[in-house]
Amino acid sequence: MAPRPRSRLHVPHPPARPGDATDFSYLKIDRAGAAPKPDVKAPSAAIAHLANGLVRVLDDEHRAVGAWHPRLEPDVLQVGLRHMLLTRLFDDRMQRTQRQGRISFYMRSLGEEAVSVAQAMALQPGDMLFPSYRNQGIYMVRGRPLVDLMCQLLSNTRDMCKGRQLPVMYHWKEGNIFSISGNLATQFPQAVGWAMAAAIKGEDHLACTWIGEGSSAEGDFHSGMIFAEVYQAPVILNIVNNQYAISTFQGFAGGEKVTFAARGVGYGVPGIRVDGNDFLAVYAVTQWAAERARKGAGPTLIEHLTYRASAHSTSDDPSRYRPKDEAERWPLGDPVERLKQHLIALGEWSEERHAALVKELEDQVTASWKEAVKYGTLNEGPRLDPDLMFQDVFKEMPEHLKKQRAALRAELNEARAAGAAGPRS
Amino acid sequence: MPKMNMIQALNSAMDIMLGRDPTVVVMGEDVGYFGGVFRTTDGLQRKYGEHRVLDSPISEQGIVATAIGMGVNGLRPVAEIQFADYIYPGYDQIVSELARLRYRSAGEFYAPVTIRTPCGGGIRGGQTHSQSPEAIFAHVCGVKVVMPSNPYDAKGLLIASIEDDDPVVFFEPKRVYNGPFDGDPNKPAVPWSAHPKGEVPDGYYTVPIGKAEIVRPGTQLTIVSYGTMVYVAEAAARALNLDAEIIDLRSIVPLDVDTVCTSVKKTGRCVIVHEATRFGGFGGEIAATVQEECFWNLEAPIQRVAGWDTPYPHAFEWEYFPGQARVGAALKAVMEAG
Repeated sequence: MAPRPRSRLHVPHPPARPGDATDFSYLKIDRAGAAPKPDVKAPSAAIAHLANGLVRVLDDEHRAVGAWHPRLEPDVLQVGLRHMLLTRLFDDRMQRTQRQGRISFYMRSLGEEAVSVAQAMALQPGDMLFPSYRNQGIYMVRGRPLVDLMCQLLSNTRDMCKGRQLPVMYHWKEGNIFSISGNLATQFPQAVGWAMAAAIKGEDHLACTWIGEGSSAEGDFHSGMIFAEVYQAPVILNIVNNQYAISTFQGFAGGEKVTFAARGVGYGVPGIRVDGNDFLAVYAVTQWAAERARKGAGPTLIEHLTYRASAHSTSDDPSRYRPKDEAERWPLGDPVERLKQHLIALGEWSEERHAALVKELEDQVTASWKEAVKYGTLNEGPRLDPDLMFQDVFKEMPEHLKKQRAALRAELNEARAAGAAGPRS
Repeated sequence: MPKMNMIQALNSAMDIMLGRDPTVVVMGEDVGYFGGVFRTTDGLQRKYGEHRVLDSPISEQGIVATAIGMGVNGLRPVAEIQFADYIYPGYDQIVSELARLRYRSAGEFYAPVTIRTPCGGGIRGGQTHSQSPEAIFAHVCGVKVVMPSNPYDAKGLLIASIEDDDPVVFFEPKRVYNGPFDGDPNKPAVPWSAHPKGEVPDGYYTVPIGKAEIVRPGTQLTIVSYGTMVYVAEAAARALNLDAEIIDLRSIVPLDVDTVCTSVKKTGRCVIVHEATRFGGFGGEIAATVQEECFWNLEAPIQRVAGWDTPYPHAFEWEYFPGQARVGAALKAVMEAG
């Protein structure tokens, strides 16, 4: 007798666990140059195929091909390479300082540098960026001094967050970069609100925001998509699909049967799937979405197909949940290496110039670090005044906080008078 | 002096602010073309256009989040959450984002958002249209929380909230939208036009956030209340012929500790009355503060009167509601003790 059909709970499994052979056969990867490039005002339903394809410009021979080729000047590409390299070298150095116990926590963006750098370069300085925690490349593009970022990581006397935020939760109002929350995905609908305000005020600026494929499972993703579509907000909504949310592979965020870009189609928002490790493709797609937004044709959802080559954070150990060689076997390669080889193929770069650039940027990072630690570290040197704890809860400090501030001062004074060691020891 | 009910007073506040400040926008479910399910935004979209008075998708999370983004981009959004019972999908955006933005960015970013939301029971709303969740917002650092009890304060406090650079959760006790309510549902309704607090100036004025009002001076005991319960407390004290000093907090955060404690030090007795559930309710915070500040002046243990610690039940609305009998029992207890 045939078994009675019954419902069953499907629990997604990644293609490979530690000890298994790495397997990326689940990825649908088109050849470079294959994707058509529609008019920026094309209706979303007419370009739904872009959500299931893959926009790629750089081919395996390091040539730029196809309709999406953004035809950037070599000096622009060199600047892009510089920002990506700086991001990577900064990350490497901060990772080491965390291991030395000088900062409490760090998150690298290894392998994902093209997403932040190419996008920030394709936008205008007045466009507002609502980043996630792995978008440090936007700070390189917009030129925030490394010392400022390091002081935040150190929670020292020059910490832009006044000692209130975990490392990497930067903000920069002057640079039009929004504060990183630490709560996932909340910035996604906030960026839509910012863009709505730009439209209400009749301004030309757009908002651009990023979430991971993992946090696209949050309700904030849905809220952002609905409001973006309903009001045709001038916003670029990015899902950085780096395959992992800490240990959880992208199948748990709903990526087993459909692409993340395809979700846009259901909302009436164009969804474009792009090779996130291809600087030129990311640049071109962002330029397209920005032009669309500025022409009043509304939002675009971009899925960046990439790979988180490092651990989630310094508190994570990916060897416990995925094969060790995945990063080197990632079929879309390394974004820095690919842009470098493209520039070399163009005759606009060389190994010698590359080595010199690496040295220059390493020196920049080292000099910045030397300056940053002068303002204190978590464990040594000058320290922020604990009074700062009570500021900025409200614009004006209410009475109950003034009382609590006085109580803490008294507590600390008594401890000092009693010769007690400070909170560091 | 013009007469207004609370809905008209709130409408007038938004009308004035939309007119005075081009950055003010009003948003929420049904607030635009239709004018709101309680008619609070009636006529505003016609007057100011659909870019200033926006109908929103049914997404409290999205309403709060986009209001934050608008606030960061220089607007001053007044977002309506149709019922306080529906605010929870927006709670993370309020607690983790709106309330923390100024702090976490060391003052660089802030969002001057006012969230208006009708609260409280006594309208046959059942458990999903009757809640008073002010305490769970009072517990969050970084949002101001207010609840006016009458049209005059409603208008002045709403204008003050819209102008405030800090976020404000603005609770509107909907049972007193149309008139004061002494807790007896069988009595004919009393309109605001018959009450001095129904006299509301047409123009601009503010009522300061963080300042309580002594509604009735008295000597025998202090009743601390807010929202609908101010009138229930007044009626209960009158029925017992007590010379009660009745304080309408108006603001939950910041709390006007001075007004409360000055009164308790004078009377030596304190009853706290709110409609919200008792356990973990805001009455506990008031009682603890009074105990710390006024212990040696107290003649009797502090009493709390509140809703029962159950969801607001549809069929037992008046058994649930902390009416005059429950308030009266607490008043007697505090007068008989010590």
